[in-house]
Amino acid sequence: MHRSVCAVALGSVLALTATACLGSDPEEEQDSTRNADATEVSLTITANAVAGGKNAEEAEWIENYVIPTFIEQQAEDGVTVTIEFQSSGVDDEEYKSRIALDLRTGSGADIVSIDGIWVGEFADAGYIQPLTDVVGGDLVDEWDGWEQINDAVQANMSFNDERYGVPAGSDGRVLFFNKALFAQAGLPEDWQPTSWEDVLEAGRALQGIEGVTPIQLNAGTAMGEATTMQGALPLLVGTGAEIYGEDELWQGNTQNIRDVLGLYEEIYTTGLGDPTLQQEAQGRDKSFAEFAAGQIGILMEGDYFWRSVIEPTAGVAPMPTRDEDVGYAMVPAMEPGSGINGQDFVSMSGGGGRVLNPATEFPQQAWELLAFMNSAEATKELVGDGARLTQRDDVNEEILANDPLLSFIAEEVVPLSAYRPGLAVYPEVSLALQQATLDVVTGVSPEDAAATYQTALEQVLGGADDIASD
Amino acid sequence: MAQTTSPATEAAPDEPDESASGGGTRDPADGGETDVVGLGKWRASAFVAPAMVLVAVFLVFPALWTLYIGVTNYRLTGVAARTPEFVGLDNYTQALGDANFLNSLYLTLVFVLFSAVIGQNGLGFALAWRLQDARGWVKRLVESLVLLAWILPSSIVAFLWIALLDRDSGTLNALLGTPGLAWLIEYPMASIIIFNIWRGTAFSMLLYSAALASVPPSQLETARLVGASRWQTLRDIVFPHVRGHVLTNTLLISLWTFNDFTPFLITAGGPNGRTEILPVYIYNTAITGGEMGYGAAVSLIMLVINLIIAMFYLRLLRERK
Repeated sequence: MHRSVCAVALGSVLALTATACLGSDPEEEQDSTRNADATEVSLTITANAVAGGKNAEEAEWIENYVIPTFIEQQAEDGVTVTIEFQSSGVDDEEYKSRIALDLRTGSGADIVSIDGIWVGEFADAGYIQPLTDVVGGDLVDEWDGWEQINDAVQANMSFNDERYGVPAGSDGRVLFFNKALFAQAGLPEDWQPTSWEDVLEAGRALQGIEGVTPIQLNAGTAMGEATTMQGALPLLVGTGAEIYGEDELWQGNTQNIRDVLGLYEEIYTTGLGDPTLQQEAQGRDKSFAEFAAGQIGILMEGDYFWRSVIEPTAGVAPMPTRDEDVGYAMVPAMEPGSGINGQDFVSMSGGGGRVLNPATEFPQQAWELLAFMNSAEATKELVGDGARLTQRDDVNEEILANDPLLSFIAEEVVPLSAYRPGLAVYPEVSLALQQATLDVVTGVSPEDAAATYQTALEQVLGGADDIASD
Repeated sequence: MAQTTSPATEAAPDEPDESASGGGTRDPADGGETDVVGLGKWRASAFVAPAMVLVAVFLVFPALWTLYIGVTNYRLTGVAARTPEFVGLDNYTQALGDANFLNSLYLTLVFVLFSAVIGQNGLGFALAWRLQDARGWVKRLVESLVLLAWILPSSIVAFLWIALLDRDSGTLNALLGTPGLAWLIEYPMASIIIFNIWRGTAFSMLLYSAALASVPPSQLETARLVGASRWQTLRDIVFPHVRGHVLTNTLLISLWTFNDFTPFLITAGGPNGRTEILPVYIYNTAITGGEMGYGAAVSLIMLVINLIIAMFYLRLLRERK
C-alpha cells in the first residue's frame, strides 16, 4: 500500500516535470545543408486538395505532373526521389488546425500549402521560418522566379518583411450573376452595378421569379472566413475603410461598419436573401449547389468559384451552362467614389502559398521541388486550358487570352484590390465580424450588432486603444 | 534481485527464492506467502508494468498536461504557442464569467436531463419491460434494431440524421409533408435530444433487461394472483428491486451524455451556438479558435461538474442500500 502510493507519487512527479516542457524549444540552429548530397530522397507535399473533390485540379496537377516530372528530372542527376502527396478535402479551419498541430510536433509534410493570412500567426508560433533560414545561403534570394511575382503578391506570404513561402496565386472578388434569370427579370446581360442600391434593385427585380433567391451574400459564423472575405470586407472597403487602416486602428463600431451591417439587414429582412442558409452547417456548399442549379440570382465570390466550383467538368458543383449563363461584374462601392482611395469599384485579394517545413529532412531538395512547382512551365501546366490567376506575371501574360474572366480579374479587379492585414490577431477580428453579420441576419439591429462587435473586439485586443469608433 | 527481509518478519523457510524477494515489508497476515502463483512483487510488477505505462502515457499524462496548460495562456498559433505565460486562475475566472460558457453549461444540463435521465432511461426501461413477455422473434428483432443504432459509427449516423432532417430534400419533411421546414435551424435542441435518445437507448435497455430478470418471479406471481394492476406491480415490486440498477444506469448515461461530442457532427454547435454543448464549446474554443489554455481550464471545470454529478448519484445509491 505504502509502495503503491510512492509509485504513484513518483510517476506524477515525473509526468509533471515532463509537462513543464511546454512551448517550442528555443531555436536550435538546424543545419540547412543536412542531407544535401543524399541520393535517396523522400519528400511529402500536402494541400487542402483532393483528386475528384476540393481543388481537384491542384491535386491532379501535383499527382500527375509535378511528382512524375520532378522524379524524372532528379533521376537524370542520379538522385532517386519518392514524393508522396497528402490530400485532404476539409473546411479551411479544420485544415489549419491539422497543419498547425503537425508543424508544432515537427512532423507533417515537407511542403505545406497555407493560406496567406495564417503566415503571421504561424511565424509567431515558430511553426514556420523564413525561407532563407530553412534553406540557408543565397539559393532562395537568387531564384529568378521572384522577379515574376509582384511585390503585393509576395507580401501575402511574407511577415515582418521576410519571405516565408512562395505565393501560389492571387485572386479577386466579383459579383457572379445568372444571365438566364436576369433575362427573365428583364435585367441587362452586361449588368454592371455602380452602387449598392443598383444591386438591391436587381435583387428586387429577381424577387418576382418563383423559387429563386435573389442575392447570396455570405453571412454567419458557419461559413467562416468565407463570410469575411466574400461578404463583409468587400462591402467595408466599398464604404471607404479597410478593416485595419493605415492609422493602425481596427474598425470598431464605426459608421462604415454600421453601413455594412445595414446592407445585410436590407438583404436578409426584406426577402432578398435566405437567412436560414447562412445558419446551416453546410450553408456555403448548399449555396454553391443552388447557384449551379439556377436558384440564386447574384452571388459574391472569388474566381475560385468560377474555376473550381461551377466549372463544368471538374467542379464541385458543376454547372454545364456556366460559360453561357454566368456573368460577372465588379463589386461596386456603396456610392460611386465612396470606396477606399476614392474608387468606384472594389475588391479583396487573398491567396495562399506554399511554405517549407523547418523540420524537413531534406531542405535543399525541398526547396528545389518548391522552386520547380513555381517555375513557368509547371505553372502553365497547372493552368492548362482553364482560367487561373497565377502568381507569375510572365505566365499571366501568356494565358490571359484564354479566359475572359481571368483577364477581367487580372486587368480590372486586382489593381483595385485591398488585402487583409497579416497580423496574428486578424482571425479573431474576423470571427467577431462574422458574428456581427450573423446577429443581423437573425434579426438584431445593425446598431446593436455593431455595439456587440465593438465589445468583442475590445476583448480580443485587450482594450479600446487600437479601435476606431464613432 | 536483492533479497531483503525486514527483521520483523521471517521468510517461510521452505519458500522458493522468488516469492520471498521484493524488498520491503511483508504483511504477516499474508501467512508468509506473497501470492498464489509464486511470482513475488517484482515479477508481478513487471507483468503489470506495460499496462501501467499505457495508462500513464494516455491517461495520467494528458490529465496532468491539461491541468498544467489550464494555468497558462497557451495557444495553438501565435506568440503564445512559442512562449506561453503562466496566468494563474485567469482562465477559470474568464470561463465562469463568460456568457458563452454559461450558456453552454445550461444547454449541456438540459441535454443530459432530457435525453439521458428522462429519455434513454424511460425508453430503455419501457422497451425492456414490454419485451419481457414478447415472442422470441419480436424480442430479437427489436433488440437488434436498437443495438444497431448504438453501434453504428458516429459519422455515418450523423450523416443519416442530417439527410433525415434536411430542409429541402429530407426524409422527415417528405413523410410529414412539410417541405422547407429546417428542423436543425428551428428546433436544434429538440433535434439533438431526440437523436441522442435514439442513439443511446440500447445500453439502458440491455441493463434493464438484465435487471428485470432478477426480480423474483414468485413475487410477480403473487402480485398477479392478488389482482394488482400493471402499474401497482411496477411501483411496489419491480422498482424496489431495480432501484440500485436505475441509479447506476442513470449515473453512467449521465456522465457519457455529458461528455458526448456526436451532436457536433450534426449541428456543429447549432445555429448561432444554440446547440453548443460543453464538448463542442471546448472544441470550438480550443481547436478551431486555438485557445488551448482556456480550453484546458474549461475541461477541468467540466471534470469537476462530472465528479459532482457522480457523487450525487453515489450518495443516493448508498442511501437506498
